[in-house]
Amino acid sequence: MANKINIFKHFLVLVSIFAFNTLWAYEPIEKEHNAAEVHEVATTEHGTEHESTGFDAGKMIIEHVADSYGWHLWGHTSLPLPIILKSDKGFDFFMSSKFNHGHDAVQGNYNYRIHEGSIVVFDELTGTVDEEATAKITDISITKNVAAMLFSMLLMLWMFIKVAKLATKNRGKAPSGLQSWIEPLVMFVRDDVAKPSIGKHYERFMPFLLTAFFFIAINNLLGLIPIFPGGANLTGSISVALVLAAFTLVITFVVANKHYWRHVFAMPGVPLPVLIILTPIEILGLFLRPFVLMIRLFANITAGHIIALAFFSLIFIFGEMHAGLGLGVSVLSLVFTVFMGAMELLVAFLQAYVFTLLSAIYFGAAVDEGHDVHHHHDHATDTAHH
Amino acid sequence: MELVKPSIGLIFWMAVSFSIILFLLKKFAWKPILGMIKEREESIESALAAAEKAKEEMKALQSNNERILAEARAERDTLLKEAREIKDKMILEAKTTATKEGERMLAIARENIQNEKMAAITELKNQVATLSIEIAEKILKSELSSDEKQKSLVNTLLKDVNLN
Repeated sequence: MANKINIFKHFLVLVSIFAFNTLWAYEPIEKEHNAAEVHEVATTEHGTEHESTGFDAGKMIIEHVADSYGWHLWGHTSLPLPIILKSDKGFDFFMSSKFNHGHDAVQGNYNYRIHEGSIVVFDELTGTVDEEATAKITDISITKNVAAMLFSMLLMLWMFIKVAKLATKNRGKAPSGLQSWIEPLVMFVRDDVAKPSIGKHYERFMPFLLTAFFFIAINNLLGLIPIFPGGANLTGSISVALVLAAFTLVITFVVANKHYWRHVFAMPGVPLPVLIILTPIEILGLFLRPFVLMIRLFANITAGHIIALAFFSLIFIFGEMHAGLGLGVSVLSLVFTVFMGAMELLVAFLQAYVFTLLSAIYFGAAVDEGHDVHHHHDHATDTAHH
Repeated sequence: MELVKPSIGLIFWMAVSFSIILFLLKKFAWKPILGMIKEREESIESALAAAEKAKEEMKALQSNNERILAEARAERDTLLKEAREIKDKMILEAKTTATKEGERMLAIARENIQNEKMAAITELKNQVATLSIEIAEKILKSELSSDEKQKSLVNTLLKDVNLN
């Protein structure tokens, strides 16, 4: 009975979190609405008014899952972030607030403007994007995602160094505090990911596997928190997924032994004519594996965010037809979003696990020393012993 | 920013900061944490092994104790038996000695009695002889007190002596 009440309590907490999430989601959409109106009044004639004031769900969703130059806090307030631009004329350094939510141009080495979400060189005379000059600039701004990443890394440093200190303090004793939260996860990565996939050489891969696991898991969770300093869709960004997958690829290449390379370039026991077909596939496979790793992480996390946002969009789409309809749909949306939120909590850990597990399997293949039955038997008993 | 287009800036910052955090966490977090976990696992394992060993030792000790106890019991039994034997032997010896001593003393007593008896008999004989002599003397005196008596006696005696 007490257990049931407890479960119910947790459910209520979950519902209230996502209800809060819903309330939060109203704000940017409202702002979006206003911005669109202002823009419309300023620039266009009455003929297209109806169309442009309509709620554009796609645009709203993409803007929420994509990176941005400022970190939206509430209403019309954003946290300004530094813009760093490298061009053939040198560096430009200014705060994102200078763009005034994309309304103003900024004069640096070039005349910059935010166009379709990215900084471009804008020719004010012709009112067009200067494609030639834009190609010359490299944008290494501290965007919302970079800031979120740095925040999450500071959080990780604080967390794990604290755990390490606790571990040193509790030497030979039972874990305490934060340590007892982290240790089971560390042991999970070690015993259920690294050891079975890599085998006896697992120890050298532990730092990367643990860092990747916690980086993905923590950022997935931070991505679920709608308010600052969460809310950035970092792990759902293809760039971040790309770097993580690239780390896996580079580590695999660095540690791979000659056995692994022989299996790639000249699979033992395969006749030459077949090798001509097989080897290119194997080489392609080398890059395909981390590529899939990247796509999986990016797609899973982004998809989750898109679905959750799509449910909110329904409220506004129906609300535009009739206010009462929107209110009715909002109840349904809320229920679906709570469900999605619970799913995403699971996915947050699941994707961290999958990424780490697949990386570990690739590392395991790279350091595997042979395929004969005897060796595998030894291996099995070896791992069973530890 | 487009959704599926990787951005150079984010890739750059991610690569740099992930490398840094990987290095920092490896040095300051994972190494001590994994070390501690391993150490604890080893200490638990050794503690379990030690407990198992102690159990074995206990068992061995118990059987040893039982053996010692049994030995002690056996020794006690032998000791008791020996003591009983010694006691019996001593009693027997004492009895024999006592009997012998008694016999010896009896023999001495008997001898003494014999000697005393002999002495008494001798003295008695002596006194009887003295008395006999005194009586004979007194009789002779009375027999020979008058002439007639002396003459009758001589006659009597002479009568007995038939001149053969």
